Amino acid sequence: MGELQFLTWVRGTGLNLAISIFLLGVFVRLFEIYSLGRKKDLAEPRSVAGASGINTVFRRSIPADGMLKNSPITYIGGYVFHIGLGIIVFLFVPHIKFFQDLLGFSWPGLPSQVVDFASVLTIVALLLILFDRISKPVKRYLSTFQDWFTWALTFLPVLTGWMAVQHLLLPYTTMLALHILTVELLLVFLPFTKLFHAFTVFGSRWYNGTVNGHKGVAV
Amino acid sequence: MAAAGHQAEEALHQAMKDNFGKYILIVDGSVPLGQGGAYSTIGGKSNLETLKEVAKGAAAIVAMGSCAAYGGIPKANPNPTGAVPVSDVIKDKPIVNVPGCPPIPVVMTGVLAHYLTFGTLPELDKLGRPKAFYGETIHDRCYRRAFYDQGKFAKTFDDEGARNGWCLFELGCKGPVTYNSCATTKWNGGTSWPVESGHGCLGCSEPDFWDAGSFYKALSMPANPLKTAAGAAAVGAAVGVAVSFANRAKKSAAKAAHETTTLPDLEK
Repeated sequence: MGELQFLTWVRGTGLNLAISIFLLGVFVRLFEIYSLGRKKDLAEPRSVAGASGINTVFRRSIPADGMLKNSPITYIGGYVFHIGLGIIVFLFVPHIKFFQDLLGFSWPGLPSQVVDFASVLTIVALLLILFDRISKPVKRYLSTFQDWFTWALTFLPVLTGWMAVQHLLLPYTTMLALHILTVELLLVFLPFTKLFHAFTVFGSRWYNGTVNGHKGVAV
Repeated sequence: MAAAGHQAEEALHQAMKDNFGKYILIVDGSVPLGQGGAYSTIGGKSNLETLKEVAKGAAAIVAMGSCAAYGGIPKANPNPTGAVPVSDVIKDKPIVNVPGCPPIPVVMTGVLAHYLTFGTLPELDKLGRPKAFYGETIHDRCYRRAFYDQGKFAKTFDDEGARNGWCLFELGCKGPVTYNSCATTKWNGGTSWPVESGHGCLGCSEPDFWDAGSFYKALSMPANPLKTAAGAAAVGAAVGVAVSFANRAKKSAAKAAHETTTLPDLEK
């Protein structure tokens, strides 16, 4: 298979497969999770300021007292790579064209140098987070295969995309195809790993906040 | 008038005989292998036979154009004539590929001038193309590249962006994955070239460009419609509903099977 054939496969057959598995997985899991329901809480609800679903949605984005000092790499690195991913995925013009083709509408993008800068910061943040996970004994002990695997699934699309733009290591065509392939791997595994938090993060925060709020606990 | 028919055949064979082992064979067009090569014949001989015969005494072969170099449009799916490039037929001679549909004239003459001047073939990349002309992509040498980097794109062929000469990426330009020198040598004695005239690059000098999706779809767009995506979403939703019913049934079964503990039970 030639380079362009490889690229055409990932843009065609491969993409179709990946998006199909992704959508299938997302719908199964969303229905499964949100149809679980919960038992009626017969206790009388307590009212405490700041204890509610919406409060928890926001509060969980802010480090608890002393935690920022305790694990700065986790928090700052986490912020940097999440915001970086948002910029790269949704504000890089070629990516917007991709969404436009699927969704039928588009939005303005950023100059490629800005996205390039965001990519470098994201790559550095992800590497630091990996290093932190390896070097801290407790974190390493708590890490399962899925933690390493999902890190790689997130890291590879950013790295290959940036390398393609920068013309590093491989010809652009091959690197672009590898980039799309790694994105497809991410799509295939996202619904079935902890990466599904992309869909459930605010829902689960709301749920926890509401349950705790009922008990009068502001967390 | 140039020789034709038997005279041309005779001239060819004479030239081959006189210069055996020294001549350059220039091939234009792909070679159809289907039906024993009967899809294309000259003077009662299939192109396949002719190619093999003439290649025997050649010092080197120059495959001129995307068809000779990579099979070209005849090789496009489903390839009814079984067309192949020269390199699939001739394995024992050095081959220089000069792809392009058509190839750039100055590149064609450049390759021949190199051989005549230095007596050697130019340095080739892994697809057999002279590095001097195919070393960089159209995109990297494009005078509109600055607009790509600034995020300024023509959205249609007649909007303000198109009139301002902005980047044609969104209109499907394949410049980023096309290695050729149109952007530097230009066409027609340096008059213009496709992107300068307002149309994106088709990628005509790349192998398999003919089967690489629409010319008018941006590279980052899906090459083909996502045929099974909607079906997969529907199946996903159906499976999700089934799973939720199964979960509910499990819950009610657990509730029904729940045994209450009474005080006498604990005192047993």
